[in-house]
Amino acid sequence: MTQTHQPTTTAQSRRNILLFGIMTLLLCFVGFVQSWNVTFSLLNMCLISAIMALGLNIQWGYAGLFNVGVMGFAALGGLAGVLVSQAPIPAAWAAGGAGVVGGLITGLATILAGLAVWRRTRMRGRQRHWLTGLTVLVGYTVMRMIIDPAVSAIEAIDPARAGFLGGAGMPIIFSWAVGGIFAAAVAWVVGRISLGLRSDYLAIATLGISEIIIYFLKFEDWLTRGVKNVAGLSRPVPYEVDLNKSAQFQEFASSIGMNVIDASSLVVKISYAILFTLVLLVILWLSEAALRSPWGRMMRAIRDNETAASAMGKDVTSRHLQVFVLGSAVVGIAGAMLTTLDGQFTPTSYQPLRFTFLIWVMVIIGGSGNNWGAVLGGFLIWFFWIEAEPMGLWVMDALTSGMPDGHWLRMHLMDSAAHTRLMTMGLVLLLVLRFSPRGLIPEVKR
Amino acid sequence: MTDVLNAIVLLGNFVLVPGLAYGSQLALGALGVTLIYGILRFSNLAHGETMSFGAMITILVTWLLQANGISFHPLPTALLALPFGIIGAVALCLIVDRLVYRYYRQQRSTSSIYLIVSIGVMLITGGLIRFIIGPGDRKITDGERFIIKARDFKEMTGLNEGLAIKTTQGVTVITAVSVVAFVFWFLGRTRTGKAMRAYSDNEDLALLSGINPERVVMIAWIMTGALATIAGTLYGLDKSFKPFTYMQLLLPIFAAAIVGGVGNPIGAIVGGFVVAFSELIITFAYRKVFMYLLPDEMAPEGMIQLLSTDYKFAVSFVILVIVLLVKPTGIFSGKLL
Repeated sequence: MTQTHQPTTTAQSRRNILLFGIMTLLLCFVGFVQSWNVTFSLLNMCLISAIMALGLNIQWGYAGLFNVGVMGFAALGGLAGVLVSQAPIPAAWAAGGAGVVGGLITGLATILAGLAVWRRTRMRGRQRHWLTGLTVLVGYTVMRMIIDPAVSAIEAIDPARAGFLGGAGMPIIFSWAVGGIFAAAVAWVVGRISLGLRSDYLAIATLGISEIIIYFLKFEDWLTRGVKNVAGLSRPVPYEVDLNKSAQFQEFASSIGMNVIDASSLVVKISYAILFTLVLLVILWLSEAALRSPWGRMMRAIRDNETAASAMGKDVTSRHLQVFVLGSAVVGIAGAMLTTLDGQFTPTSYQPLRFTFLIWVMVIIGGSGNNWGAVLGGFLIWFFWIEAEPMGLWVMDALTSGMPDGHWLRMHLMDSAAHTRLMTMGLVLLLVLRFSPRGLIPEVKR
Repeated sequence: MTDVLNAIVLLGNFVLVPGLAYGSQLALGALGVTLIYGILRFSNLAHGETMSFGAMITILVTWLLQANGISFHPLPTALLALPFGIIGAVALCLIVDRLVYRYYRQQRSTSSIYLIVSIGVMLITGGLIRFIIGPGDRKITDGERFIIKARDFKEMTGLNEGLAIKTTQGVTVITAVSVVAFVFWFLGRTRTGKAMRAYSDNEDLALLSGINPERVVMIAWIMTGALATIAGTLYGLDKSFKPFTYMQLLLPIFAAAIVGGVGNPIGAIVGGFVVAFSELIITFAYRKVFMYLLPDEMAPEGMIQLLSTDYKFAVSFVILVIVLLVKPTGIFSGKLL
């Protein structure tokens, strides 16, 4: 612990290479058995999961912060995808743009006024609560009076195809940064409120905010089209259809001996994979650099002994806030990338099991506190999350093969096989926590 | 005068009655969370799934009873099956404690480790529930549907507005009151209950005075399993049983526990009703109430609804935020059983 730069032991690094090698082999195996298209779809999702896991690892692994709202931050990233890339809808802006902007400004002013009243009325005892409450209530009512007609006007415009304000009409790749900023902003507010209190308050607060973000995205049609979804988002990579039409590409496909349709979809997936890998590498490099820097050392000191660190003059709460915002921003970036890959924004697809708890499993299994561990966890867990379904089905089939076809138990087991992966994830999480709590790639003692 | 009565009945029908029922369900749920927090000192994220598990066993037994023609008319058959559900959930809690949590107790792990462990338990239980009963919606209510029907009430009183009380609502409130009374009697009057309170208050002192910690923990889990099953079944009876909704209930339940002060049973009850009534009061559309109370020409145009019902979960969150900002220890300053 005294040395600052004790390199990883060779045995450990050999083990790490082996683990990543196994992961590569698993993906290649799918390539040979199923198809390379499946491999690259898996790989793309693995890359995004790895970035989300990195984000959570920054919070949990570096600082011991308990974020149970990964889903919400990922969804904010997805929202950025819509707001950046969709073309603006002038008719909607004309109908209700001013009202919405005015309403939002009123809302912001209400919050500020509420805070101001709260600060100024310290001496007033019980009246303080009533005064603040009244200020907020009045402000809120005014905001609703401004925003409600504007919202209905916007939603009335071409509801089958639009019914929302649209976006900025910029290339979707910018949304990756914007998604990070959205997530960071919300994380700052949540962190300001719940950090510095008991550690599980942050957990509950993030659990809450993530649900609310999802509800907001589902029901604020003027912003997100709600459950009508936004489909056909633009892409940072070429479209398959265009590739199929181009003579050059047809030639290329025949030269490598593939049919054009397969080749184009593979090329698109590979282009995504390259982009995602670049982002992953940048974030990974930054995270590693941060972990090695004096800042990283301070974070570990705070995590391992808050009292001692604060006695040494470290401002624990604001460091926590900083790391919470950074981690959430990374999750937001990954969320925007996910929406980019999907090409559509579907608020109903955000489920806490898939977007929050699965990411937790990734970080714990990979090794909390180790960035490479988080990346490996992201790959491995996503791989098994997808492949567990066919495997579960296969196991159920094998187990019940002695039963006659159409036996009720066999039917039931085959139908429910999909739910075994939830159980598997929980079981793996508990087993790793119990028998190898430091994960596959343990944190390096520096 | 009739107008005022009508307005009162309207509020009673849409706020008071459902609020009492929902509040009781939340209070029972929060009581379980608070017990585990007081004794084992961690926030049990798997509590929603425990509720769901107990309710599931109850439903399975209810189906068995119904298939055999056994009913509890006019009350829902599920009440007969409830003891089986409780046994199932208690068994689950004890097995999980033996296999999972006991190890971390011996290791004296931090509350964050417990929190992650409870996520693992949550995933396994959730998977098990979906595996056994499927993710779909199940309605289990049978027996008489209403204690008072809206129409009968109108005929009786001659008012415009009806007051309907569903059987499930009545059952919920009565069950909750008796269960809560029992829990307080147990904690306050029995030797074991006092031991639990002592353990929660000061673990070391309790150990010195010869209290067996494993026994205290076991009883805490038994009570939690029972409370969770009752809360889960009542919620399932009142609304409908769907595994997913129990995970969403976590937020209002934790908000209730924190509002009252985590670890404080009275706080959990009060918190449950605070959350339930805030949710209903804030998402209720007051238009008709104002139409009764105000002269015709002043009748409001809009719905006069502070927040659309879509955001009812946001209410628990806002309450949570206010408590965290204003009084983080909760109304009754937590951590005392």
